[in-house]
Amino acid sequence: MASEEAGSANMTEYIQHHLHHLQWSIGDGALKINIDTLLFTLLTGLVFLFLLGRVSRRATSGVPGKLQCMIEMIVLFVDGLVKETFHGKSKLIAPLALTIFCLVFLMNFMDLVPVDLLPWLWASGHTLVGADPAHAYLRVVPTADLNTTLAMALTVFLLIQYFGVTSKGAGHFFGEFVSAPFHASGPLGKIVLAVPNLILRLIEEAVRPISLSLRLFGNMYAGELIFILIAVLTLGASLAHFSTWVLGGAQIIAGFAWLAFHILIITLQAFIFMMLTIVYLSMAVESH
Amino acid sequence: MIPNITLIIQGLAFFAVVLLVMKYLWPPIIAAIEDRQNKIAEGLSQAEKARKELADADARVAEEIKKARAEAAQIIDRAHQQAVQIVDKARQDAVVEATKQKAVAAADIEAQAHKAREELRGKVAALAIAGAEKILHREIDANAHKTLIDQLVAEL
Repeated sequence: MASEEAGSANMTEYIQHHLHHLQWSIGDGALKINIDTLLFTLLTGLVFLFLLGRVSRRATSGVPGKLQCMIEMIVLFVDGLVKETFHGKSKLIAPLALTIFCLVFLMNFMDLVPVDLLPWLWASGHTLVGADPAHAYLRVVPTADLNTTLAMALTVFLLIQYFGVTSKGAGHFFGEFVSAPFHASGPLGKIVLAVPNLILRLIEEAVRPISLSLRLFGNMYAGELIFILIAVLTLGASLAHFSTWVLGGAQIIAGFAWLAFHILIITLQAFIFMMLTIVYLSMAVESH
Repeated sequence: MIPNITLIIQGLAFFAVVLLVMKYLWPPIIAAIEDRQNKIAEGLSQAEKARKELADADARVAEEIKKARAEAAQIIDRAHQQAVQIVDKARQDAVVEATKQKAVAAADIEAQAHKAREELRGKVAALAIAGAEKILHREIDANAHKTLIDQLVAEL
């Protein structure tokens, strides 16, 4: 990863290399698939499903094992939040919240893996089979890919609409588009306020998935970028230079500090995504 | 940075995972938790019940002991009274018997005295007759003077 000559061009190349997805192009290249995002989503998803499935299959109401205790703690935590916030009856919302919390946390957790480790292994693999390591792109944090966060946010968005329609009925649900948040008493007022109501509603609905996805994406992307910047401190440095030792010390301290802080961020972002989903869904069910 | 077809795959995958969790993974875990909660609640209520029952049993035992003690006291009291009665009756019987014996003895003594007196009277009469014979130097025809002698005897 370190080249012979240090320079800003080298750094830019290093950073850009790190931020480049491993992609497959379909057809003429208009359709692209981020293989690395899918791979690590699959990996974290399998870890999640495996742990949950293991506990679920052997779930006992007697004395639970340690793994079951851990899963039960998370399940009870999520279930408590859902029961507090969501007052309707739904079989979907608690499992949805659990899935979001655990999956987002696990995907965020990939950010705590040393930033160069997996890309370096990937590049080494390329070298081993005789491929060009310069084209060995790999991004390991699925939530630092807008595709992932936007996909989840849009799924939540669709669920919000589905919950709204099924709990209120289509008439009431679409009626609210023009009758809330500004309520009018006369027929004239209703017509006058219908347009601003509709505009506000559309903005509100559109803002939710965008803010939900960009919040998570921004946090994780920035977190990854800062790890990359910390790594750049000693990029291509030689042990013979005094500055390398100073920057190396700074790198260790900064790396540790950001890692410790990032543990909070990844948990918090997973929690926020889950909590907002519950809140949005409960708002969709309740009348304005 | 611009979303591509990965978005659709990720969305479908995410939704599939959610459905999987909802259908197969969530229910057994939450069922186990709720089952355990019920068990614990049941255990606690049973412990509470057992505690109450024990307290009840203790109270009942105390009550029984109190009753038994009272009964025992009553029995002793009655025995005491009976003993006093028996002694009293024995004393009364003894007194009655003694009085009867005394009366019999007194009657006996009276009879004896009467007999002795009669004997004495007879002897005195004979003695008087003998004396009178001696005084009169003559034999008194006992038959002729029987009336006289009887009169004399009665006078004595």
